[in-house]
Amino acid sequence: MTLPRSVTAGSSFSIPTSGNGKAVLYIVGPGQALRRAVQLGGAASIAAGDLSSAGHYLAILTGESSSDTGEFDVTPVDSPESLGFLAKPSRLPVGLRNGISGTVYVFDAYHNLITKPLPASFELSVPSGTVQARTVTTRNGLAWTAMDSAPKEATAKFVARVGGASSARVIQEVPGDPCSISISAHPNGGRLAVETAPVRDCSGNAITDGTIVTFTENFNNTQSTVDVPLKKGIASVDMPANKGARISVASGVVAGNEIRWDGGR
Amino acid sequence: MIKRLLVISCALSMVTAAGWADQPTVSVTPPQLQGSRPVEAQTATAVVRDYLLSWKSLYKALDQNRPALLDAYFVGTAREKLANTIDEQAKLGIHTRYVERAHTLQIIFYSPEGLSLQMTDTVEYDEQVLDHDKVLATKPMKQRYLVVLTPAETRWKVRIFQAEAAPAPL
Repeated sequence: MTLPRSVTAGSSFSIPTSGNGKAVLYIVGPGQALRRAVQLGGAASIAAGDLSSAGHYLAILTGESSSDTGEFDVTPVDSPESLGFLAKPSRLPVGLRNGISGTVYVFDAYHNLITKPLPASFELSVPSGTVQARTVTTRNGLAWTAMDSAPKEATAKFVARVGGASSARVIQEVPGDPCSISISAHPNGGRLAVETAPVRDCSGNAITDGTIVTFTENFNNTQSTVDVPLKKGIASVDMPANKGARISVASGVVAGNEIRWDGGR
Repeated sequence: MIKRLLVISCALSMVTAAGWADQPTVSVTPPQLQGSRPVEAQTATAVVRDYLLSWKSLYKALDQNRPALLDAYFVGTAREKLANTIDEQAKLGIHTRYVERAHTLQIIFYSPEGLSLQMTDTVEYDEQVLDHDKVLATKPMKQRYLVVLTPAETRWKVRIFQAEAAPAPL
């Protein structure tokens, strides 16, 4: 039999044979296994779509009195049909350099990895219109990039495109840690109302509601703490109005100011 | 780098010593990454170990025509394609033995987020195709595979397993 050196996945081709009589042709590899009845002296036809898994194949022609073997390759179609796009993380703080990474694997219509170098474009955009774009040439079927999160909180769209295939992921860019926290206090009946100013990150984004702020009161060698979630960017709490008490505030690694309650004078 | 290679070599010796009947020879060349995340020695050792074990499950699955044997080490496209081959083999009444003789491995990409790792394996093996118990053909092969592995709960699993076409003659 006369085998092609390589064929494109899914294409039709034929394998000419010589001799007389009937034979069976096997084409076997890890990716696929086929059998065709052959009239020796004619050609075995492999129809379009019959052999679609890229890889290396062993061909065996077994006749009544003889057999023949050979090898050939099936190569991916060069046209991208789908992408495997790994983007991470799905949520991250604003203003992080190279904080978002994307890796794209390029496949043809038969889910073969296309190893021929192709230009892959990555685009990270936010509703305000800011766009980061990169073009990377694929190597061994993949391309990757890293991008910065925006300075302002937003829902970003991360898109990878190779040829006519594209894939998108949504990335939540959320405020980072508080930049600073300041509190003020005023009497509220027999107690003390303590409240933060609006809590923001260092880019001026309001810190996400639900972030825990810890208030601590030190009085007469005793310490009491209250954890309060931010609500509309502010945390507030009523604490005992002990004259001479020192009240401080913190959230995560950021400590705020301390106030000393002197009884309202 | 030398220290890292030594760690991998030692780990491989341990795997080999653990006992497979006819062990293939295994060599690991230093990673040649596409500027991506470096591979920690522990990760490289685990990846190589799990990949070599995947060949054992591939051998058994394709020899016994039992796709379930793929589950421990293959996932996604690689598992689907191998399982389809097993279905086709079973329908044709044939089975295949892939007897490994040598692996030359090289990690070529580790994604920044750690979710995928790409490796090449120039593998030498004998491919034997049998119609029930009758040997149809046995042929020694030398092929370069592109492999993508992804981390699962307890091990790395092969997600893409594809032989590359031989370079065209000059």
